[in-house]
Formats: sequence, structure tokens, C-alpha cells
Amino acid sequence: MMPKEIKEGKEESVETKKEAETGKSEEKRKLVIPGEVVVSGDEYLPGEGTRKDGKDIVAGKYGLADISGRLARIIPLSGSYFPRYGNTIIGKVTDITFNGWLIDIESPYSAFLSVVEVPRFINKDNLSDFLSIGDVIACKVVNVKRKNVDLTIHAKGLGKLEGGMIMKINSNKVPRVIGKEGSMIKLIKQETGTEVIVGQNGLVWIKADSIENELKAKEAILFVVSRSYIEGLTEKVKEFLEAGKI
Amino acid sequence: MSYTKRVDGRKFDEFREVKAEVGLIKNADGSALFSFGDTVALAAVYGPKQLHPQHLQNPQKGVLRCIYDMLSFSVPERKKPGPSRRSLEISKVTEWALSSIVDLENFPNTVVDVFITILSANASTRVAGINAAAMALADAGVPMKEMVSSVSIGKIDKQLVVDVCKEEEDYEEGEGATDIPMAFLSRSGDLTLLQLDGEIRPEELKKAIKLGKESCKKIFELQKKALKEKKLEK
Repeated sequence: MMPKEIKEGKEESVETKKEAETGKSEEKRKLVIPGEVVVSGDEYLPGEGTRKDGKDIVAGKYGLADISGRLARIIPLSGSYFPRYGNTIIGKVTDITFNGWLIDIESPYSAFLSVVEVPRFINKDNLSDFLSIGDVIACKVVNVKRKNVDLTIHAKGLGKLEGGMIMKINSNKVPRVIGKEGSMIKLIKQETGTEVIVGQNGLVWIKADSIENELKAKEAILFVVSRSYIEGLTEKVKEFLEAGKI
Repeated sequence: MSYTKRVDGRKFDEFREVKAEVGLIKNADGSALFSFGDTVALAAVYGPKQLHPQHLQNPQKGVLRCIYDMLSFSVPERKKPGPSRRSLEISKVTEWALSSIVDLENFPNTVVDVFITILSANASTRVAGINAAAMALADAGVPMKEMVSSVSIGKIDKQLVVDVCKEEEDYEEGEGATDIPMAFLSRSGDLTLLQLDGEIRPEELKKAIKLGKESCKKIFELQKKALKEKKLEK
């Protein structure tokens, strides 16, 4: 049940696919600031990060304005991660309660992993035998209710992460790191021979046989993050990785 | 002799050279620098994050917390570091000026921290601080209804001036100097800060507010420009 089984495909939840597509061609979209009119007209509907004020759709966040069909929304460039149902994320155990673990997920609120969400028998008297404070896990969000976030590790590839390294990136750039249908992350994994899990919360876990490969994957990810606005980025990353090979 | 010419040769409705920049502090969630001539304010924003101690939490919405501080070398005579009566007051009015623009309904029990540091002071520090803070909040991706811009209007003797500098603030001839810092919202045009230090006639105050509103529009354009340029240059 441990990370050995993590292969491609786990990052490709329906949602990530959608977000990866919309994460494309950032430069074509207009950068708006809070209070700015994104689009005007009764036919438009306010989406995420916007509100309606009379006829205008007004931005409620600093980011790129995206108008698809009648829906106007803001793609944020910064800001903290907010969990959503189905997200795969990486978290750190901060506390143990009588029936589960408190997990820090790099979001304003901490999340809860209940014992019943663990796919094997756990002795309730000794929860720390399975996960103790400071352990890092890959998990999935199963419930978000205002400030209560519940997690599960009841799926393939989820669970405690052992070895490797953790890096932090801007959670708003995650769709670009994953790429369209996981293309970008697949490329990085292949070229560097590493196992990588990209959490939607911006934490990335990298593991390889040698530390050099891990560092190489890390640099590739930082390369993607710093150039997230470029089109045809996958090709550039390929060049970048191949240049480093010599 | 009445005040017919400004000490630094500016026009009466002209503010000092403005510098606005976004995203200077890497470790903060958002940051910005705003300066009026020699008055330089740096703002850093952290959050939303869980608020401790718990009794300060608001279960209905997130809390905004501002801390204004002047560095000890920001003024000609060394300032004793740490909070003072003056800096606490300015922290509070800054918080009020900004609290109506941030929209933290979806972040109950959290806090957004805004730290405003004055690197160099030559009067009008609180308004430079508010301008920097508004930009830093936007940069941090905090949900906001609109932006806020701020300016100080002075009445030096009988003349209304925009963006008071230290020499004007200390003007003693004739009717003396009156300093009126004010802040306006970018979209609704609401007034969120109005303080007054000195004496002024009611009709003059009305004129001063009108002048302030016009100047804030110009400042807003500069803030907007700085925010829009940030992502393009990288």
C-alpha cells in the first residue's frame, strides 16, 4: 500500500484535467485587480472570484480573468490553498486524537484523517504505531464543510511517504506542473527516473535512487513554476532536462 | 507672507514622485512597496492562517490585523524601536481603512496579518502605508471587494496642498499647518480614513476632501499599473 505502487495516472483526477486545460496560455488572459470590471453585460454570469454589481462582473481577487461562454471567473496567481473534494494532497501529521490524526495541509485549516479511513486494522490504543507526529502522508479530500476538512488514504498510492524529499511550490501553479492530462509530470518522472507526487496544496514529494536525480526533478519543477506563463512549456522542459543530462 | 510657493517647487495639487512595486518579499504571501519621495513604506501580508490565541477568533469571518512600525533609522533623530502610542493608533486606523475592502467571509477563525514598515519617513507615512498594504493584500491573493488609495491633504496657511512633506507639516506662519490624511475606495469612492491634525473651516474641509478624492484616483492608477506589471516582467 506504500508509494511503490504510485505510477502515472493518480494525478489525473477529472478535476485536475479540467484545471490543467484552463491553466494553459495564461498570457492571453487579462490580468485584473480587485474591483476591476472583468466584463460588462447582463448575459454574463459571475464565476469563482467574481461578483455581480449591476451590469458589471467585478473581480474579487487579483488574477487572470477567464471568460468561457457566459461564465466569467478569476484564475488566481497567488493565495492560500483551499481544499476541494477529490483533491490529492500531501500533509504532515501534527497531532493524534482518540480516533484519528490531525494533518497540516498548508491551508488555513488543518484536516482530519479518521481511523476508519485507513484501509487496514489499526489498534485504537496505539494510533502512533501507524502514523506518528511528523510523518508525511499522501491523501485525498473526501469532505469539505466550511472549515472541517476530512481526508482518506483509502485508495491506491495513498499513505505514508517514506524517504525522498518534499518541496513546496505555489499551489496555484500545480495545474501547470501536472500538465495537460499529466503530460508534464510524466515527462519529468521519465527523464529523471523519479517517483513524484504533486499535491494540489503545493507540496511535492520526490523520490529516486540517488539524490542527484531527486535534485534534478526538483529543478525541473522549479523551472516549470517560474515559467508557468509560457506556451509549449513541455518542449522547453524536455530541452532543459536533456541539456542537464550531459 | 502667505504660502504661495511650495518648499520643494511642486504644484499645489501635485504629489511627490511615487514609486510602487509589488512582490519584493519572497517569504511573505504578498508584499508591496509604495513611496512618496522620501517617505518609503513596505508592506508584507501573511495569511489567511489560523488565528491564535483562540479567543481573538471570529467564527463568522476572518480577522484583519495590521501592524505599523517605523524603523529606528527612518527619521533624522533615532526613533526608539518598538510599538508606541502613535504607532498603535496608526495601526488601528490602517486596519479600519482596509477592513471594508477585504472579504474574509469564507475564512472564519483565521487571520490575515499586514505588517507595514516605514523605511524612511518624510511625513504622510500612514497614507503611504495604506497604499502599500492595499497592493500587498491584492498580491497575496486575499479576496477583496476593491482597492483603496490614500493621500494626505494639507492646509498650509490658507493654501490647500496635496501630499504634505515634513517641512510643510512644520510650517508655522499665518494659520499654520493642518494635515488631513484620507483614504478612498477605488470603485465605490467611499471614504475609509479621515483624520485631522490642526484647524480648518468646514467649507475648506469639504474642498480638501474633494481634492483628496481626485488625487486618490491618480494614485489608484499607479497602484493598478504596478500590480499589472508584476507578472509580465518575469
